[in-house]
Amino acid sequence: MLKTRHDVTDKVSVTFDGQQMDVPSGISVAAAVLSVRDGATRSTPVSGDGRAPYCMMGVCFECLMDIDGIPNRQACMVTVADGMVINPQEGASRLGDGA
Amino acid sequence: MTAKIYDVLVIGGGPAGMSAATEAANRGLRTALIDEQSTTGGQIYRAVDDVTARRADDLSMLGEDYAYGQTITEAFRACDAEHFTGQTVWQLGQDGTVWSSDGSKAQAFQGQHIVLATGAMERPVPIPGWTLPGVMTAGAAQILLKTSGMIPDGNVVIVGSGPLLLLVADQLIKAGADLKAVIETTGVLDYARGAPHLLRAIKSMPYLRKGLALKSAIKAAGVPMYSGAHEFLISGDGRAEQIGFTTGGGRHTLRVSSVLLHQGVVPNTQASRQLRLEHAWHKTQRYWYPVVDEWGQSDVPQIFVAGDGAGVFGARAAEIKGKMCGLQIAQLQGRLSETEKDRAAAPLQYELEDHISIRPMLDAIFVPPRDILNPPDDATLVCRCEEVTAGNVRSAAALGAQGPNQLKAFYRTGMGPCQGRMCGLTVTEILAAAQGKSPEDIGSYRIRPPLKPLTLAELADMDVPDAAE
Amino acid sequence: MSDTVQKDRFDVVVIGGGMIGPAVAIGLLQRGLDVCILDEGDDVLRVARGNFGLVWFQGKGFGMPDYVKWTRRSAGLYSDFAAELLDATGVDVAHANPGGLELCLGDEEMAHRQHFLGQIYQQGGGDPYEIEYLDRKQVEDMLPGVPLGKEVVGASYSPLDGHVNPLFLLRAMHTRFQQLGGTYKPRHRVSSVSDDASGYVVHTESGDVRGAKIVIAAGHGLKDLGPPLGLDIPIRPQRGHILVTERTQPLLPMPMSAFRQTHEGSIMLGVSAEEAGYDDTVNTQSVHDIAARATRTIPALRSLNIVRSWAALRVLTPDKCPVYQESHSHPGVYGIASHSGVTLAAVNSRVVSGWIAGDTPPEEFKSFGVERFHAENAA
Repeated sequence: MLKTRHDVTDKVSVTFDGQQMDVPSGISVAAAVLSVRDGATRSTPVSGDGRAPYCMMGVCFECLMDIDGIPNRQACMVTVADGMVINPQEGASRLGDGA
Repeated sequence: MTAKIYDVLVIGGGPAGMSAATEAANRGLRTALIDEQSTTGGQIYRAVDDVTARRADDLSMLGEDYAYGQTITEAFRACDAEHFTGQTVWQLGQDGTVWSSDGSKAQAFQGQHIVLATGAMERPVPIPGWTLPGVMTAGAAQILLKTSGMIPDGNVVIVGSGPLLLLVADQLIKAGADLKAVIETTGVLDYARGAPHLLRAIKSMPYLRKGLALKSAIKAAGVPMYSGAHEFLISGDGRAEQIGFTTGGGRHTLRVSSVLLHQGVVPNTQASRQLRLEHAWHKTQRYWYPVVDEWGQSDVPQIFVAGDGAGVFGARAAEIKGKMCGLQIAQLQGRLSETEKDRAAAPLQYELEDHISIRPMLDAIFVPPRDILNPPDDATLVCRCEEVTAGNVRSAAALGAQGPNQLKAFYRTGMGPCQGRMCGLTVTEILAAAQGKSPEDIGSYRIRPPLKPLTLAELADMDVPDAAE
Repeated sequence: MSDTVQKDRFDVVVIGGGMIGPAVAIGLLQRGLDVCILDEGDDVLRVARGNFGLVWFQGKGFGMPDYVKWTRRSAGLYSDFAAELLDATGVDVAHANPGGLELCLGDEEMAHRQHFLGQIYQQGGGDPYEIEYLDRKQVEDMLPGVPLGKEVVGASYSPLDGHVNPLFLLRAMHTRFQQLGGTYKPRHRVSSVSDDASGYVVHTESGDVRGAKIVIAAGHGLKDLGPPLGLDIPIRPQRGHILVTERTQPLLPMPMSAFRQTHEGSIMLGVSAEEAGYDDTVNTQSVHDIAARATRTIPALRSLNIVRSWAALRVLTPDKCPVYQESHSHPGVYGIASHSGVTLAAVNSRVVSGWIAGDTPPEEFKSFGVERFHAENAA
């Protein structure tokens, strides 16, 4: 859904939904995920409907993702870090998460 | 973990916040700026330091108005104010207490005065299909450009109205996005409404010229432009794949990968509402704003509001209003006399006029369309978090719900993670239309802490300072 | 549908659209009476919006065995009441009666709880009292998959305890009320009630409404409305807080006095009690105290996000037991005061209407009169 305008040399390695990828350092997790994922990045806890980031500024809460085991984090407010493990937020969080 | 005490606490790192903090600090006040982001700039100047330092071609594409932000971030860096980053404010008190969290620990602050500079947000655009993946705000696309130099790939369309619409369209074209159409909801009659305000707007000639230049540039790039668009439908299988709309010329359907929506920006009033400040309703631009005097002081003497969070006037006005807050607070705290304050403020007030005199015209032209404010299709989602439709809201009105809070009790609107940020204005408009009342009569959601979620652990572990004297 | 006809004369005018008014009004409509509910606007105290959702038996009625009986009655009628609402309105109030627990931290708390409940049992003069005391192991068996904090020594349990979605209950009752032909008049804040030859005249911000009988179910509004009508009922506001977590997977199989999980998955946390007058703003100390105790009790909850907090003002009588009183000076004017509008919704709907319609009052009502406070003062 997103592409980078120019070649970036400074990259970090993250995993999204089990898939490893190299992304520019300093970008948000939401931006990184949108560069590889075209459709939904979460399913709602109400109906399971697929959603993806909408506002990119921390207001809409559509970009919720599981980041390094902590669920329901606003991915647009988190910067990518080397080794980060990112997963779509599927429905409600589970209690074992983030303990 | 005790409260950190300051003369002034500024919430928000955009032009208003930075300027207020810089002014206050430079007048000798012990100042702290609390920012949710990791670098200053807010949204309008987001990532400006990084872009200036490392991405020269992005800087020129984003334009000189954006680059100007560097002067403000530099001045802020040079002053004595402390800067707390990555701190999400979740509760404020009229007595000057501020609670924030870095994601693992709650922190209390205490200020003799607080300046809210939390800015604006995109007006929600509840059209059928707006919750599909691939639909974002125009502002979101701009943030992606600024923070990561990224653009949407595939077919992009931008839909809506307002000066920012054209700016983002132009930036995307320059950035190499495949912009298939600019679809304006604004029509000829809307532009005609601006005519009576043209004389005052002439004082903002640079803004006027910019607007016209943008339109020409977009046309010159060969991007089709539509106007007077309505009856939208975004559809697709699990993501946005096409957009349908109607104009004077008939019904159109375009294949898309990304749809960028924009209907102007509105003040983000979560913090000002949580503080129970007095708010008023902007009759033409259809938003709530906290009521403040010319210095930015609200009806609660300790609380000031600066920038677009007190009413949308743009970045340059925000900067000036931030300075005005700083000056007034400095005077109230005995760092300068009233005469000195007035003398310092005079050129600012003069300059302010240059930046706000175009607003009446813009406000008159870019009125949000009725069918965006009050979605006619009952199936349109209004509360994205709790998946409540326009029809649900109307049936609550039929049941006698007098306002958003009763609606909240009946249908859970506003109870999701976004706490009513995305549905608040729409809910007020639908209820007002259904009850035949004004939005002021209908009111808004009661906002309670936490302004953003934080863990039970943080709440359990925090040290609550003794009640303020 | 809410009223477009400008009707202003009714058999019964109910002042208050919260948890008590609509419940009572439903019962009155089902008896064939013509009923109007007068309500205020949107952003007023509205205690009914701040409920936890417990349908709670254990611990009620200290010093008043009739209140124990009254609560038992309501708990017994609740399933049927919920089913009626679902059938008639399609709104599922999510009532469940799996029993309930009050968890105790430390031996002293447990002893205190046993003593307190033991006294209620004694006061009942030999009537069965549906309470059991559980040790830690038994509590763990009741809450499989819920790791308990080490301070949890046991709990009091009642099979009569349950919970309901209080907001859906409110919506269901309002829907049922209008379905049965009731007239709902919002923005009709009442300033006073007078009377003339034809009955009572309720003076509101939007005009006068007449009723042969008046029911004051106005929460804290009773304080001002009551005395001129011979209903001097001592009530005071007591603030309580609730924290609400994000939705999570099903964890709590039964409600507890300080925890319940809604059927959507959010967990509600309580309990607090502050004497703060009419200030219903959220207080940080209370929030912290609830959070601290919750994490001591069930540490696994620590990682959950709190998305919302509420503070609401209980309508509290001096003995925490309800008042149902017909005015002596103004016959036909009834006042109701209670902070357990959720638990009592079933009995308020099914039984209280009879009292207002002129039937013999329920047996328990001998204890619910206002003179019990005056007698104390006189003594």
